[in-house]
Amino acid sequence: MAQKQPTPKNPEKHASYIPQEKKSTKPFHPTPMLDQLESGPWPSFVTGLKRLAHDNNMMVDLLGQLEHSYKTRLGYWKGGTVSVFGYGGGIIPRFSEVASMFPESKEFHTLRVQPPAGNHYTTQILRRLSNSWNKWGSGLIAFHGQTGNIMFIGTTTENTQHFFDEINEYGFDLGGAGPCVRTSMSCVGAARCEQSCANEQRIHRTLVNDFIDDMHRPALPYKFKFKVSGCPNDCMNSIQRADFAVIGTWRDDMQVDQAEVKSFVAGKGRKYVIDNVVARCPTNALSLNDDDTLAVDNRNCVRCMHCINVMTKALKPGKDRGVTLLMGGKRTLKIGDTFGTVVVPFMKLDTDADYERLRELAHKVIDFWAENGLEHERCGEMIERIGLANFLEGIGLDVDPNMIAHPRTGSYVRLDEWDQEAAKWPGRKQAAG
Amino acid sequence: MAQAQTQKMRQPIESGCPDGLQYMHPLMVRNFGNWKYHDRPRPGVLHHVAYSGDEIWTVRVGTQRQLGPYEINLLCDIIDQYADGHVRFTIRSNMEIMVDKREKVGPLIQALNDAGYPVGGTGNSVTMISHTQGWLHCDIPGTDASGVVKALMDELYQEFIHEDMPNRVHITTSCCQINCGGQGDIAINIQHTKPPKINHDLVANVCERPSVVARCPVAAIRPAIVNGKPSLEVDEKKCICCGACFPPCPPMQINDPEHSKLAIWVGGKNSNARSKPMFHKLVAAGIPNNPPRWPEAAAIVKNILRVYKEDAKNWERVGEWVERIGWPRFFELTELPFTKFHIDNWRGSRYTLNASAHIRF
Repeated sequence: MAQKQPTPKNPEKHASYIPQEKKSTKPFHPTPMLDQLESGPWPSFVTGLKRLAHDNNMMVDLLGQLEHSYKTRLGYWKGGTVSVFGYGGGIIPRFSEVASMFPESKEFHTLRVQPPAGNHYTTQILRRLSNSWNKWGSGLIAFHGQTGNIMFIGTTTENTQHFFDEINEYGFDLGGAGPCVRTSMSCVGAARCEQSCANEQRIHRTLVNDFIDDMHRPALPYKFKFKVSGCPNDCMNSIQRADFAVIGTWRDDMQVDQAEVKSFVAGKGRKYVIDNVVARCPTNALSLNDDDTLAVDNRNCVRCMHCINVMTKALKPGKDRGVTLLMGGKRTLKIGDTFGTVVVPFMKLDTDADYERLRELAHKVIDFWAENGLEHERCGEMIERIGLANFLEGIGLDVDPNMIAHPRTGSYVRLDEWDQEAAKWPGRKQAAG
Repeated sequence: MAQAQTQKMRQPIESGCPDGLQYMHPLMVRNFGNWKYHDRPRPGVLHHVAYSGDEIWTVRVGTQRQLGPYEINLLCDIIDQYADGHVRFTIRSNMEIMVDKREKVGPLIQALNDAGYPVGGTGNSVTMISHTQGWLHCDIPGTDASGVVKALMDELYQEFIHEDMPNRVHITTSCCQINCGGQGDIAINIQHTKPPKINHDLVANVCERPSVVARCPVAAIRPAIVNGKPSLEVDEKKCICCGACFPPCPPMQINDPEHSKLAIWVGGKNSNARSKPMFHKLVAAGIPNNPPRWPEAAAIVKNILRVYKEDAKNWERVGEWVERIGWPRFFELTELPFTKFHIDNWRGSRYTLNASAHIRF
């Protein structure tokens, strides 16, 4: 199992450090099971919890309750209603069901706080957030929860307000919890990645900060998530996890530096390039020329990113960049998993007017879903229930063959309006240019 | 009085998501949107070059995700001393520390390692497990999250600090079937095996009964009068033990120390690279929920990784590898039992059956 670790050079500056002095007044509960998670090479969260328990009684009892869960294999938190003044959400209330045994952590609420777009921090702001939380809460922070929030874990009902007031003054705001627009995520993107095809941070903040009322005052059918990835590698997992996924892409030819292609072939060998680049193209759009340059059939490239991922110096997205929008991704409950579906194959996002169009579309989607979604029905489930064509009509978008994997295979459909619908096609083709 | 209180209360500033640029490394601000290429000088390090000629090195660090003031100050001290004071986090809770000179990389890695923090998680590694809150903080967890991750990352430590896999491996864990951990090359999720145990004395007071009825994916819940009180009953033959009724109705306890098991799923993929995104598929279930180190689940995960490492070709993600070799071979190589439960019977499941004569012998 866990191998023995070498002794740290400086035990006082090490993930395994436990302070000598105990400032908390309550004695520790025995934690024989959690203790077993202190060995091994990976930094131990249990050691972290113990350090905090040296400081405050809340964490002494929290450790006791966690050990109790390990022993009985059951959780002991129940929800409730807690929020800060003026908001309806953003806090995950937790009341202990075993408070008689562990009274100091009987209230152990989490505040969901939106991180800066792209999860960028200075050490200064990290320390400041940590100090504020140490003052008003348990000291324990998760960077980050699965929706993308900074999770400030563990405080009393009263202190949620004090902590929020303090960090709100220096620029941080609560995220979403409950049936509302949730905190968003965007990849590092243009800040450090040559594959970025968009300004992820601007898209992220344009969308989510425009729905701040829908985030802080939950009144939608269920949760609604925006996620932004700068390229089809989709590092933010938006197709499977976002109701509204924005993915950077390009529509002209990909950029090829043939000199770099040659040097890649020279370095890796032809077999490697044929097996790992050419043969892995999903649409057979690549071919290695006799002079070790690369031929690209750009009309059949689906922007999957594979060859660009392999040959990072030689290949790059094209220059005519924009985004693809997919909607309706979510996990299991209730109807089973759904991927997002393409609803906008390509749109430019250069000018303020372009961003305004994106903002307007997001409003149409959320308004239509708020009006037509059932209670606890995600946008993707509504699309499944009413059909993509009705959803598109509801949000004012035209059908496009990029939205489907293949056309209908069954004949059980009424086609009385075929001629009218077919007559729209030439106009749409023209509009699409 | 309510008014007096209102006047005292501070109005929130609804500032929303903060601008990342104010905290970003100045070299990244300068070269925003103007990057030329990247490479990976060693596991755990990315090197990006801008059109301007500027270069930046990123050192990726695994953490325990749940950080206290000691850890934050320890890491921030290192970042201030050996790096440039700027840091970001990946979606999988790794820290990324950026430096503007190659010479800073070595001492920074040394300082992080000396403090007990692993550098890795890039390229073809097994990176940090994306996970949930579990017993530490969730109201509906069937198991823990941080503990499972700590136990597994101890086992997979070498795979984190090296890049020896055919392609990147994203593992996720989830403490209930809502699957907050998300899709993964390998996903370790709670799977309940018994219907909820209902405390009929509490249902009427705690649960909004019509919403609970509506929440059930298989319409197995109906209103009933039990012991003279309005309650809910479950048709246990229909019940799929998903636990969807438990969050809106805590008296319908789904978690069970013995019958809430772990299941392992493989082949989820978020990226569009090569193949389209894929969902993970069930491969093993009935695994005991065995704290504090979950050895049975860890053994299956390590076995799947071993087979994948031996058999997959370069750049194949777990799901793509299985698609090439076929599911019969996957079960043969991993020696996992194939059962009737692997055959999907949810809506749309006909598309998951083999409707061809394509068979490998």
